[in-house]
Amino acid sequence: MEFQITKKAKNVAFGLMGVGLLLTIIGAAIAAGDHHFFTRFMASALISGFFFFAIGLGALFFLALKYATETGWYAAVKRVIEAVAGFLPVGMAILGVVLLVITIADGAHIYSWMDPEVQAHDEVVRHKAAYLNPVFFWIRTIAYFTTYFLFWRGFKRRSLEEDKVGGTELHFKNYKRGALFLVFFAVFSSTSAWDWIMSIDVHWFSTLFGWYTFAGMWCSTMVVLVLTTLYLKKLGHLEKVNDSHIHDLGKWTFATSFLWSYMWFSQFMLIWYANIGEEVIYFQTRIAHFKFLYFGMFIINFAFPMLILMSRDAKRNAGILTAVGLTILAGHWLDVYIMVSAGAMGQNANIGALEIGMALLMAGVFIFVILRNLSKAPLTPVNHPFLDESNHHEI
Amino acid sequence: MSDKVLYVMYDDDEVLKHSAKKLVSKGVKISEVFSPFPIHGIDPIIGVKNTRLGIMAFLYGLIGLTLATIGMRYFMVVDWPMNIGGKPNFSYLENMLAFVPISFEFTVMCAAHGMAITYLLRNKTLPGMPAQNPDPRTTDDKFVMEIRLSENHSVTEAELDSMLQEIGYLELDKKEIK
Repeated sequence: MEFQITKKAKNVAFGLMGVGLLLTIIGAAIAAGDHHFFTRFMASALISGFFFFAIGLGALFFLALKYATETGWYAAVKRVIEAVAGFLPVGMAILGVVLLVITIADGAHIYSWMDPEVQAHDEVVRHKAAYLNPVFFWIRTIAYFTTYFLFWRGFKRRSLEEDKVGGTELHFKNYKRGALFLVFFAVFSSTSAWDWIMSIDVHWFSTLFGWYTFAGMWCSTMVVLVLTTLYLKKLGHLEKVNDSHIHDLGKWTFATSFLWSYMWFSQFMLIWYANIGEEVIYFQTRIAHFKFLYFGMFIINFAFPMLILMSRDAKRNAGILTAVGLTILAGHWLDVYIMVSAGAMGQNANIGALEIGMALLMAGVFIFVILRNLSKAPLTPVNHPFLDESNHHEI
Repeated sequence: MSDKVLYVMYDDDEVLKHSAKKLVSKGVKISEVFSPFPIHGIDPIIGVKNTRLGIMAFLYGLIGLTLATIGMRYFMVVDWPMNIGGKPNFSYLENMLAFVPISFEFTVMCAAHGMAITYLLRNKTLPGMPAQNPDPRTTDDKFVMEIRLSENHSVTEAELDSMLQEIGYLELDKKEIK
């Protein structure tokens, strides 16, 4: 195929994995004596496992959205979206293993509701047991994974088949499947966020939580799509992708940053205003122990893209997009970090070699899988019905 | 100052774009194009500068944000400290979160209205203003290029005529402006 993983890219990916692994081992060695060690180790695996899985899932959602709305402009960057969505099986495997280990360890103090002792003594957990129990948790998790996997496989197969046969039959099939995926995703994006992330703070709940997690994930996905497209452009591929495509991807990054900020703020303000003890506790823990990180993360993810990406020229400038993109990607990782760690470990949580190492390790795997996916298919879908429109995209 | 204006009519936007490209390459300045819908890619051909409406939108937004902040501070804190839901407004910053939604809405409202009004003013298309387009058919299915002789000193009228003959057009209308 036209794209080959360059030696440099391979070195970077494996270098990240190596450094990540090294840092993880160092971090593990430092923290090994601590009695929180296992919780911390699994929490950091959950943070990075979920973060990168979510980026793959976000790409699948974005692809389905484009199919369901019969969008034209994206055809030239479709293979980039598919390559990022192609991380999904690997991401699901990593997240699945992490969740399995946590379940076997009776929740590992992360999902305290999995602990039989907590279930016996905690009234609130007992009342939630009909939904939050390990068996039903795994039924749901497997249902999410299976659904995502089947849709992903179908989209991938039809996309490659379209390259050979052309016509509009596959397009309309994708249109229907895309809409169907959105129906499933509308429910699953919320419930899976409750299951995997919100149940860490088992006494607390927020109906907005699913959308908040989903918005953060979507924003990270758009950043990855922009960065991958810019990378391929820099190597001289995707010659039909022009400034307007980059501008559109930049707009999505900008818009989803706002979506995330809007969700974050809505959740925060309603709880702040009502001031009910059971609800406020979530923010109390985070502000008491992570004041700097928590509000710093919000400023990075909101004000930074707002002020810098607002102008048209900035959204067309590869350097600015890369700088802002990498920063808010780190910001969204921090968001997930605070969601998980503050709930699981409270004041004992801190970012050390273990967390950063785990993130770098998975980032290396993530980059390698995406590049390998890109090298497996032609970078431009040959027979996409909207390809001509996309080639002349101009805004 | 008297001026002569040429209105060159076409019935297809692509044909117009093609002709405009040829004319511009020969050094003719096209001052305006009238069309029933926006023509993609015409701006760079006839040398229309990028719009500055976005900058104005930002400024209007800032004005809105400032007005909202001043207003709310006066209404809710200074004039009569309101106590809503057990959250008394002793200072603006203390209850800043409660004021965010209104600041946001007012910023958007000012930006949107400011932009719309600026657009109408700048294009001289406020309701009731006389129409700018030379031919009512440009609101239906025809496309007109406007060439002003006062802006084209390098070519004479006769040269322009022969150029247009060569390139082709649907209708040509000339008008003296005093």
